Amino acid sequence: MLLKNKQNALGDALLAAGLDALPVAGRSPWRDARERFFRNKAAVVSLVLLLLITLACVFGPMLLPHSFDDTDWDAMALAPTWQNMHLFGTDELGRDLLVRTLIGGRISLMVGLLATIASVAIGIAWGATAGFIGGRVDTLMMRLVDMMYAVPYLLIAILMVTLLGREFYLVVLTITVFSWMDMARVVRGQTLAIKSKEYIEAAHAIGVSTPAIIFRHIVPNLLGIVVIYTTVTVPGVILTESVLSFLGLGVQEPMTSWGVLIEEGTGVMETTPWMLLFPGALLSLTLYCANYIGDGMRDALDPKDR
Amino acid sequence: MWSYVFRRVLMTIPTILVVITVCYLMLHLTPGGPFDTERKVSEAVMANLQAKYHLDLPLWQQYLYYLKGLLQGDLGASFRYADWSVNELVAKALPVSLTIGGVSLLISVVIGVLLGTVAALRQNSAIDYLVMLIGNLGSAFPSFVIGPVLILVFALWLSWLPSGGWQDFELRYMVLPMALLTFINVSTIGRVMRGSLIEVMSSNFIRTARAKGLPTRTIVLRHAFKPALMPVVSVLGPLAISSITAAVVTESVFSLPGIGKLIVNGASNRDYTLVLGLVVLITVLAVLLNLLVDLAYALLDPKIRY
Amino acid sequence: MSLLQVNNLGVEFQTGDGPVFAVNGVSFALERGQTLGIVGESGSGKSQTVLAMMGLLAKNGRATGEALYHGQNLLAMKTAELNKIRGNRVAMIFQDPMTSLNPYLTVERQMTEVLQLHKGMSRRDAKKRAIELLDAVRIPEAARRIDMYPHEFSGGMRQRVMIAMALLTEPEVLVADEPTTALDVTVQAQILALLKELQRDFGTAIVMITHDLGVVAGLCEQVMVMYGGRVMEQGSADEIFYRPTHPYTIGLLGALPRLDHDTAELVSIPGNPPNMARLPKGCPFSERCSMADARCAAELPPLAPAGAILRACHRAPEHVMKQGEAIHG
Repeated sequence: MLLKNKQNALGDALLAAGLDALPVAGRSPWRDARERFFRNKAAVVSLVLLLLITLACVFGPMLLPHSFDDTDWDAMALAPTWQNMHLFGTDELGRDLLVRTLIGGRISLMVGLLATIASVAIGIAWGATAGFIGGRVDTLMMRLVDMMYAVPYLLIAILMVTLLGREFYLVVLTITVFSWMDMARVVRGQTLAIKSKEYIEAAHAIGVSTPAIIFRHIVPNLLGIVVIYTTVTVPGVILTESVLSFLGLGVQEPMTSWGVLIEEGTGVMETTPWMLLFPGALLSLTLYCANYIGDGMRDALDPKDR
Repeated sequence: MWSYVFRRVLMTIPTILVVITVCYLMLHLTPGGPFDTERKVSEAVMANLQAKYHLDLPLWQQYLYYLKGLLQGDLGASFRYADWSVNELVAKALPVSLTIGGVSLLISVVIGVLLGTVAALRQNSAIDYLVMLIGNLGSAFPSFVIGPVLILVFALWLSWLPSGGWQDFELRYMVLPMALLTFINVSTIGRVMRGSLIEVMSSNFIRTARAKGLPTRTIVLRHAFKPALMPVVSVLGPLAISSITAAVVTESVFSLPGIGKLIVNGASNRDYTLVLGLVVLITVLAVLLNLLVDLAYALLDPKIRY
Repeated sequence: MSLLQVNNLGVEFQTGDGPVFAVNGVSFALERGQTLGIVGESGSGKSQTVLAMMGLLAKNGRATGEALYHGQNLLAMKTAELNKIRGNRVAMIFQDPMTSLNPYLTVERQMTEVLQLHKGMSRRDAKKRAIELLDAVRIPEAARRIDMYPHEFSGGMRQRVMIAMALLTEPEVLVADEPTTALDVTVQAQILALLKELQRDFGTAIVMITHDLGVVAGLCEQVMVMYGGRVMEQGSADEIFYRPTHPYTIGLLGALPRLDHDTAELVSIPGNPPNMARLPKGCPFSERCSMADARCAAELPPLAPAGAILRACHRAPEHVMKQGEAIHG
């Protein structure tokens, strides 16, 4: 309940930004926001780093001489070295850690991307519907959101992967189930505010159907706030995937992800600490960057001091 | 006041009920799930399951029996270990988790509030930078990266403490896990306290207090401390829930025989009934914790009417 | 020696864009039982002037000059010394009664702490005295309501509580920073009447900050008109009101609705209040002044005696008055 109030307050605080950022109001608010974002050095550096990490994960494995499950018999449990381009070293099976880390990054980032898209979509649909219909439906829908907040989601996620299995798309599904509520709350708040605006009433008056109003009029007007909360969702989703993988409940062999690599590294950190440190550092760096980009977005789109 | 408490308590019941029902149904309706009749399990386990879960009855009756068992405090039988009930497993594991989690939460509230207060009153001092650094590290570095690094440094390199395991509540084994949980919680509490005290100290009513000629100590302790504490109280609920997540990871990292380890083991062994029992138990705990936090908030804030 | 003598007070803020001079060269003297009105638009520096006196500037602010209370310079005092005077001999009422009281403490606690601190009273005696004061500002059922929290009072009632709180120690100087701005008109009138009455009973000197000339006319003997951090015109209320010689004062008076001139239109001052970080080189008002010429924009007019008053304007008083007549009838 309290969290909800806080969220609503946040929503209200963001309201101005969201409304100013309406496409209807012309392009300049967006340009302002972009300028503010690019003035924020930490956010820009983070954005560049995150892009580099993504590019490395996508193209790196193609450019490097090793594949992620090839054994280099001459180089088992090798510390980081220039020799044979084992820049991150190898594991005890002689597999190149750099390639494995990048491949793992592909999975982590992919899960992050897909689960974010899915939860953003669900969150918008849920929040906009609740806010727009209002009344008892709204109460019921938001009550469910409150409930989901009160539940220790990781445990239910564990139950879900235990039952459903650990296929890639099931992991994405599991994470999505517990990642859409923030967005739903904020979007609902915004929808309530926008609903009372005249152009919506006008649409109502000329007989546009309810779903059409929601998706044609309300959703586009939520863009500002959706952008902010999307960037805030990304690190959370990536983190959840890593936790599941770390616990051995994420994607399965032969696929790998940062969480899996960190777990493997933890087991052998006495002899080959780089196996823990490199994936750990890359995951942390990604989360760090994503956090800063989120902050930057919020400051850019919501110039009011938090 | 009492009617508020009563209403607030009543509101937790649907949440708990929904979680139990959803998890129960998931368990029973998933194809290939534990109660799929096609499954082969040992006869002893099957007999146990028959007795506990009344598998010969229609589903709704099974469900009612399960609820009845829960009401009597019976979490059911283990799907894997014929000789163990979930209750017995919990009885062994819960004290470990509660000790580690409870003590570190208490310590982190004290340290976090203290550090946050000093940081807010002495902005740009060494303590202030420390609080911001901890806050930054804690929000970017996941616990399963920090934890192994702690082990690497303090157990493997410095050999000060054991790298994990458990021996009858011996302090040596508790230090590192508690340090990890405390660090994570302090990073949140310290940041929240710092931010809220800075905001309160620049508020109009603090200016009034200064205009009255009150000494700084009185201003901080009598006028600013309590309002600044409110945001800390309201993050305690989410923090308690994320502590459960953190406990799962921490117990995994340090191989502690707590609830978290139990649930991860249960999940990898596909011990469905154990996982279900634990999810139910912890959900109830989490919902009750949230309830306590809300009540504490209501008690502290004179503006909340009952 | 005056009760309160302010000499050449200045306030300077360090900002990201360099220093901003929010107040420059303010001087005035105040005697027992007198009232000084400081008038100006928002951002004129009127609030910062008194906050500086009370040692309440924001962290990046610094005060220069002197503010002598019985000959002691308030600006040079250590906080501990200043704390013996502020809230005790010099008290302050703030603009926004909704946020200026601590929402987490009862009115009783917020009032008694003043007496416990400055008068060494027991909490029980302090409470008795506080109830008397709440009665004096006409809060009904004061003895019962004193144990309530601020949010249980209406805006007007909260401002009465603020006033009662400021008067607990019977201060010699009461600084009121727009005490009625946040209130509706009928309540405004009640609060002003109350202040007048209390001044008569306690002999308190009042510094009244306002942008509302009506308030000044009803209450003050002396008036100081500020703009862009500088004093534009300063003198007795009668002189300033009935024979204004500064274009800005005339503009302010033109913007005031008057019941006795039913034909006269409200003339507002064109333009916006100044950006303190980018003031013109010359007279701060020159950008919006209808009588300004090249000299006004280039050269800062000094605050100089002109007859019974002080004014800072390059144009001769007679010239301004004549043009003022033409504009405002």
